[in-house]
Amino acid sequence: MLKITNLQKTFNPGTVNAKVALSGLDLTLNDGDFVTVIGGNGAGKSTMLNAIAGVWRPDYGTIEVDGIDVTNMPEHKRAKFLGRVFQDPMKGTSPDMEIAENLSIAARRGTKRRLVWGIKKAEREQYKELLATLELGLETRLSSKVGLLSGGQRQAVTLLMATLRKPKILLLDEHTAALDPKTAAKVLEITNKLVTENHLTTLMITHNMHDAIAYGNRLIMMHEGRVIVDVAGEAKKKLTIDQLLELFETASGSQFANDKVMLSK
Amino acid sequence: MAFLNALPGAVAEGLIWGLMAIGVYISYKILDIADLSVDGSICTGMCVCAVLIAGGMPAWLSMIIAFLAGALAGTLTGLLHAALKIPAILAGILTQLILYSVNLTILGGRSLIQISARDYSLILNMSNNPLAIVAACVIIAAAIIILWLFFYTEVGLTLKSTGDNPDMSRAQGVNVNRNKVIGLAISNGIVALAGSLLAQYKGSANINEGRGAIVIGLAAIYIGLSVSMKIKPNFVVSLIGVIGGGIVYYIIYNFVILLGLKTDYLKMLSAIIVAAFLAVPYLKGELFKKKNSVPMIVRSTEEKDNGGDSNA
Repeated sequence: MLKITNLQKTFNPGTVNAKVALSGLDLTLNDGDFVTVIGGNGAGKSTMLNAIAGVWRPDYGTIEVDGIDVTNMPEHKRAKFLGRVFQDPMKGTSPDMEIAENLSIAARRGTKRRLVWGIKKAEREQYKELLATLELGLETRLSSKVGLLSGGQRQAVTLLMATLRKPKILLLDEHTAALDPKTAAKVLEITNKLVTENHLTTLMITHNMHDAIAYGNRLIMMHEGRVIVDVAGEAKKKLTIDQLLELFETASGSQFANDKVMLSK
Repeated sequence: MAFLNALPGAVAEGLIWGLMAIGVYISYKILDIADLSVDGSICTGMCVCAVLIAGGMPAWLSMIIAFLAGALAGTLTGLLHAALKIPAILAGILTQLILYSVNLTILGGRSLIQISARDYSLILNMSNNPLAIVAACVIIAAAIIILWLFFYTEVGLTLKSTGDNPDMSRAQGVNVNRNKVIGLAISNGIVALAGSLLAQYKGSANINEGRGAIVIGLAAIYIGLSVSMKIKPNFVVSLIGVIGGGIVYYIIYNFVILLGLKTDYLKMLSAIIVAAFLAVPYLKGELFKKKNSVPMIVRSTEEKDNGGDSNA
């Protein structure tokens, strides 16, 4: 479903601030893979997601989605294939627009937008049902401005928007990191439900080792712009956090230097 | 009494500037771009309309062409900004400068063209203010209805989201750059349409007309929204509020002239009104902060000491 080959990206090349973010990244996702991504700060996790989403062009390498080379496709065009949820809950929704309007924009992702009425009556009913599945009481607030919602509610709506039109790949960039633990757990539960019910190929970055092991069928660990550990299936299910840290140390030859991960152990 | 006599004129001119402010509303409030090209495009609207009417074209057709000329100017600003990545403010200033030359060319090198209501058949003119008010209201109502319908279409909704959250828009497959060009074209088209009304109302087009138009537009927006947001913060009410803002602005303007203020100071007055409206929310916030400077929870002296230690 996704094939990344020898992807390279250096930020601020040729300056003292030059930072190699991706150093020959290779990754292949199979249809229906739910992959959790962990790694220290600056390991290239978000850079990888942004490269797939097309926020900028890579220096070298190719990205294929379902057999289509999207390496040079502009961001808004490849959005057709992708569902995205950002770390910042403010980033995924349009605050000054109604919940229904946000959903209707997402429902037309990848289609040619025309000069016809933006939200049809039947759609509102469909949105109501979908919002009800979130169990956040949003089904009665279809006409509320999204800016009035809490961070957790906005992330849940963003998840719905990302999956309303089934994406070929769902990209989750630490989408629960900015939420309080209880809300984060709720959003993660919704995520898991949406991904498994719709059989979505998913890349989920997380700082929480426990979540990385508990969710998905495959786990990858990144270090210095490359994938250094890739565990799937039964082996992944049996993983413990200590084993994970050990795997990291042998693969990278260094300590897992990330306070946030250590703390959320 | 003099004030009452001036009132119909103030309302008519206020309506025209209100329409212009709706154009500014689209760029400033919806797209979140401070577009300075409107200072030029309102003059373009005036010049195009006056020259065409003087050349014998019917007024309504001249107005449509004026709208298209403004839309073209907006497209230029949009392309400078979206395609060539020139900061929006600078793109607007560049277009404004280009339009000065363009407008001079349209006027054929002259600085003024007269279209007297006695010689030409105009849609509205200051010689008949009540009729001018009715005509302006009809055109504004049509503009508001068309914009209202447009901004609730599939395309229109993405135009709103483009200004509100470009990240989200791109992630949902919206071509943000193209939307900015479309939005600026519509915005400047409406501004030029207002210009075409202004030329007919005044019976002339002048190359120096329109300087500081953006400021008048912003003043109308702030005056209007300060009221309409309290009534109902939706699109149509906001647009009607902006029109009201234009009228209030021109009534104040006429009132101040009657008080004996030299016309030389009028542009400064416009700027002060806008500065005041922009500063009020901030000053309100500062005032609020001071009111709350008393701590909500009074801690014991012991806790305070500990807090001091850990901070050190």
